Amino acid sequence: MTVTHDPTRQLAASGPLVEEDLAGHRFRVHRSTMTSPEIHTMELERVFGRSWLYVGHESEIPGKGDYVRRPVGGRRVFMVRGRSGQVNVFHNSCTHRGAMVCRTDRGNAKVFSCFYHAWSFNTDGDLVGVPDRQAYGDGLDFSALGLRSVPRVESYRGFVFLSYDPDIMGLIEYLADAREYIDLVVDATGTPEIISGTNEYAINANWKLLAENSIDGYHAVSTHDTYFKYLVALGTDLAGGVNGTARALGNGHAVLEYAAPWGRPVAKWEPLFGEASREEIGRLRAELVDRYGEVRASRMADTNRNLLIYPNLVINDIMAVTVRTFMPVSADRMEITAWELAPSEELPQLRQRRLDSFLTFLGPGGFATPDDIEALESCQHGFHSGGVEWNDISRGMAREPQANDEEQMRAFWRRWNEQMIGETR
Amino acid sequence: MTATADAQSVAPTPEVGRIDSVTREQVEDLLYLEAGLLDDWELDTWLALYTEDCRYVIPCNDTPEGDPARDLVLVDDDHLRLSCRVERLNSRRAHREYPHSATSHQVTNVRLLPVEGDELPVLAEFVVWRFRGERSYSYAGRYHYRLRLVDSRLRVASKRCVLRMGSLRQVSDVAIIL
Ligand code: FES
Ligand SMILES: [Fe+2]
Repeated sequence: MTVTHDPTRQLAASGPLVEEDLAGHRFRVHRSTMTSPEIHTMELERVFGRSWLYVGHESEIPGKGDYVRRPVGGRRVFMVRGRSGQVNVFHNSCTHRGAMVCRTDRGNAKVFSCFYHAWSFNTDGDLVGVPDRQAYGDGLDFSALGLRSVPRVESYRGFVFLSYDPDIMGLIEYLADAREYIDLVVDATGTPEIISGTNEYAINANWKLLAENSIDGYHAVSTHDTYFKYLVALGTDLAGGVNGTARALGNGHAVLEYAAPWGRPVAKWEPLFGEASREEIGRLRAELVDRYGEVRASRMADTNRNLLIYPNLVINDIMAVTVRTFMPVSADRMEITAWELAPSEELPQLRQRRLDSFLTFLGPGGFATPDDIEALESCQHGFHSGGVEWNDISRGMAREPQANDEEQMRAFWRRWNEQMIGETR
Repeated sequence: MTATADAQSVAPTPEVGRIDSVTREQVEDLLYLEAGLLDDWELDTWLALYTEDCRYVIPCNDTPEGDPARDLVLVDDDHLRLSCRVERLNSRRAHREYPHSATSHQVTNVRLLPVEGDELPVLAEFVVWRFRGERSYSYAGRYHYRLRLVDSRLRVASKRCVLRMGSLRQVSDVAIIL
């Protein structure tokens, strides 16, 4: 049976963009999805306008009045902890005549004063100051001129999301089976926090290539040879290899879960960590066993997770934990922002190992991410080279999907296709 | 591991008597030598300019004061990791740098600070141009060096590159050595 979708009514392309042939074990994605400016414009509306998008982590704004400012889904917003401790996310625009009221990337404020004509707003968005108020007489309703919240804000276990779609399903329902994996990450780290130091970079490639790459086990050995050489130089034994499974989690989310040779600060010791931290890692592991039982504790401590929350959030819980989001600025370019998540209480030598692992593997100055960037830009060039119309994403369709198969990408693409052809919201 | 080349045999660094009598000219000779070796991709020789206990650090763009023991940074290399970086860049499997970029490391505004113990702190401004494929990238920032005498030769004990750009959006990554 061949399942094809026909988005030609809406799309510039002249046929289906995602084609799945279950009997023939073939899954193809049309390359215009990566290059077409029309499809990019539609994505902004149909994907980014109708999904839950990651804003930030609550640990970034621990105290009342703490704020961070950043674009989400291509729009400038800021997240601030309000007067009763709740998390607010506002469009960054003065209700008077438009200027941005939050003008630094992070800080603490009681009041956001617009520098243009000096209207001021409190951390709940209320308009609390207008110079020469009497000039407006009685006609103007100042209480209706507060900062505008984004339509929906919800948070799950510290991860704050927004949606520009007022009618979207609740966050918990949206996360579907991905919740369980967020739980594993959060429960293993106790009280996680975002460490200071942000990776903000860009790739001249379509954003969906990074969604694929972030959960692609297949490329690791071939692309990241120099990283594995580095691990060997440090004394890591690669003999065990990478073994695990790929799973679709509903609503386009997907995960790879696997055992890998490297150590994990919570809580899988390897010689690289040094004898001194062996005991501490043992203790952390025993704590997890106490609290969650042997099976779940082993899953938290020993296995790695590459988790994609559709459409553009990646939480990779590997030798360190990254929280990464990315957003297209055009069909051919995306901007990436990535943070490191870690337990707030952690032995200094474990924190050091965690930091080292992050920057050498996940960071844009490390031994792996630059090569991912090269791979994605290389694909983008390849698409423009023409001649070949389709990407093949069939790996593993004929078996129970392994961690180096492509089922997790198919999950992403199925949902993307549904959203783009408007079958569901 | 990469064999450590003998820097002296290829490009001599200034011979100096005492760390507190080092002149700006001597420091500049070292910095220009280093820049030239990086631009020529003579990375083994370049590495020989660094002490065995060296440190090479680049903080994240948004945390110029970033402490590698506490904060996420872009690069935090000791000698071992720096050797691995050199080996990686020398191989054909550092895909982002195969083929290598053409670079131009430009060092200016060199200032010597008062000697601290056996180390001479030096500040300098840098612009590193990187050309690859059709694209050009430029990195700008300040070098914070700590120089030390090893066998009467100036060596780099630590180099911290603080980027002035607010993010890496325009340069995509730091796959080259700054
Ligand atoms: S635009 Fe903000 S006060 Fe006028
Ligand atoms: Fe990768």
